[in-house]
Amino acid sequence: MLFPFPNRPTEPPRVVITGAGIVTALGMGWDVNAAGFRIGRRAFRPVTVFDASRQRVKVAAEVDLPPKLPVTRLSRRQELRLDRAARQLLLASVECWQQAGWESSENLSLVLGTTSGGMTLGEEFLKHAQGNPNGNRRQPTRVAHYQCQRQALLIMEALGFSGPLTIVANACASGANAIGHAFDLIRTGRAERVLTGGFDGLSELVFAGFGSLQALSLTGCRPFAADRDGLGLGEGAAVMALETLASARQRNANILAELVGYGAATDCHHLTQPHPHGAAALRSMTEACRVAKLSPTQIDYLNAHGTGTPLNDGAEANAINRWAGGDVTQIKVSSTKASIGHLLGAAGSVEAVICLMALQGQWLPPTVPTETVDPLCQFEFITKSRDAKVDHVLTNSFGFGGANASLIFRRWA
Amino acid sequence: MGVSRIILQGVGAVSPAGWSAAELFRVLAVKQPLPATLLERPGQATGLPVRRVPNAPSTYPWLRHPRLRRVSPITRFATAAALEALGDDAKGVGDGTLRLGIVFCVQAGCVNYSSRFYQEVLKDPATASPLVFPETVFNAPASHLAAVLGTPAINYTLVGDETAFVQGLATAAGWLEEHRIDGCLVIGAEECDWLTSDAMRLFNPQAILAEGAGAVYLKRAASGVALEAITDPQVYVSGVSRDLAARKVRQDLEAIGPATMFFNSSADGHDELRTGNDVGREWPGATASLRLITGDAFCAASAWQVIAAWEALRAGTEQRAFVTVAGCNQAAIGLSLIRV
Repeated sequence: MLFPFPNRPTEPPRVVITGAGIVTALGMGWDVNAAGFRIGRRAFRPVTVFDASRQRVKVAAEVDLPPKLPVTRLSRRQELRLDRAARQLLLASVECWQQAGWESSENLSLVLGTTSGGMTLGEEFLKHAQGNPNGNRRQPTRVAHYQCQRQALLIMEALGFSGPLTIVANACASGANAIGHAFDLIRTGRAERVLTGGFDGLSELVFAGFGSLQALSLTGCRPFAADRDGLGLGEGAAVMALETLASARQRNANILAELVGYGAATDCHHLTQPHPHGAAALRSMTEACRVAKLSPTQIDYLNAHGTGTPLNDGAEANAINRWAGGDVTQIKVSSTKASIGHLLGAAGSVEAVICLMALQGQWLPPTVPTETVDPLCQFEFITKSRDAKVDHVLTNSFGFGGANASLIFRRWA
Repeated sequence: MGVSRIILQGVGAVSPAGWSAAELFRVLAVKQPLPATLLERPGQATGLPVRRVPNAPSTYPWLRHPRLRRVSPITRFATAAALEALGDDAKGVGDGTLRLGIVFCVQAGCVNYSSRFYQEVLKDPATASPLVFPETVFNAPASHLAAVLGTPAINYTLVGDETAFVQGLATAAGWLEEHRIDGCLVIGAEECDWLTSDAMRLFNPQAILAEGAGAVYLKRAASGVALEAITDPQVYVSGVSRDLAARKVRQDLEAIGPATMFFNSSADGHDELRTGNDVGREWPGATASLRLITGDAFCAASAWQVIAAWEALRAGTEQRAFVTVAGCNQAAIGLSLIRV
């Protein structure tokens, strides 16, 4: 039964990560991404997945999808139903699954975050419905697989598991909220293992939407720069295998890191603009620290939401300044969106995996294009690649609608 | 003092029957399908039959909230249902004494503005409206509702088929049991659009799309209509058909104990009644299906089913009610409500 819940353990079980998969414009998989993020490599290029000639901005961080998908339990026909976003999700899921060494299961929860799921199929559906109102060829497939629950079920089919499926659509905090929700399920004894993450593919509608808001940078995404002028869009997916420490130890699994804190809060200020003081961001960071039993000075690296828009970065800088208080100069911050763009519903999960890379590799990912840091930033902003002792990392994700989420990971040593 | 349970403290509904749960209960008592109207379908001479929500009463003060000036119908439906469910506790949210969470559940979501915005993009992306785009985002209604109520607490938008609403109840119950919040609104909402109707009728040409919202306000309390159980969702993978999943849900519910009311909210793709019949066949107690009266409204319809079960327990002499949801493309799930 999903409810009533099993008796809550007197002490919440420790939650560890035993697998991680990542797909970004830097490439497929952990190794190539870690190498890229370590030096702050950038992956923007002209948009090719749709006609961007009439868009205000014409570049994005597009993923180069491999010509063949990895071998899974999906039939060729099922593979053909996967749109661009679902293919990225599948690639990240397979990498994570193999790394975790998990096997088929009948009661494994899947918690995913996305903002637009199979939006490209939705766009195709609308164009065909308008252009050929009486022709329904392939329209049922477009309708079915536009819906993110169908994409998620195909991941279950591909990897051979079933169980409760939850899809969080909290705008650009979706991926972080999904991981946070999975963390809650394990800590409260409602699940022993959860596959979780986020995904989003580039789509014309969403790209034009950010263009219409004039939120896209005309000069290149430079988070927290004094002269920043907007964000760059990207696409990708990241998936994590979360499980109790006891479960991981029982099967002698390789542990990548421990997830120790999650906080979430809502900013009621405006649908698309954060409160200038970053009140909700402060709440989510504070809550994550409370759960993790850590103080801000114990956070060795903060992966900021850092979109590069004047409003977001200003509010987040204020929130970090207030959160760290008198210790703010000790806090090391960067934004990896300068490398791969804003991945929307995938951002929180991809940036969580980047945090795992920093913990494993003991380095800080730089925000290379930011040359003159906004004087609002009282913290140390990392613009050059460097090695560092990293025991705890915090990652922020904020979204339209005021969705704010923070996650804290601990080095596994 | 009794043992604290998760209680359905209040409910609210906006439906083709009108702008309150009472209007919904009234049409359910009559047991006659509501009349459908025709929605214009571009490119076709005949319209699509739908069941729309009547115009909102202009007396609602919240309609003048600055955040609601340009919102699409789904936000208005969700806000009205949520405020009805919350009742006087809205004051506690506003003054910060009650920590209120929100779980907003959709399948089609903000399709009016999504369709409109993309059509603008197809004409010329350079002139697409920046006012419309933010309203296309799945969590826009939940954000507006949080702003109207002034709640900074945790707020999730869940997307899925009709079962998402029941999973939303489980999510809210989890937050309440962890004492993360003091109360939680769980809302299912949808809005009519020719695009959604067109899509639905590819699978079931007889289906009639409906719109509206249902809201349930959960709190911890000792007495009232309590959430007794939610079955494991039976997802449609590995050869598990919708019928098989629905039967498994029925078995799980039967194991709980006798229930004298049975509500099903089937939304079968090919035969309107097939799944409902499979689940409800030879059920010893009374059964009811709102869908035949109100039409298909995805997550909103699931919410209406739960609200109808709540009303049956609150107003009647029954002790327990089951609600089953055989979703259209994700899972089947069931829940049990009990009067305590």
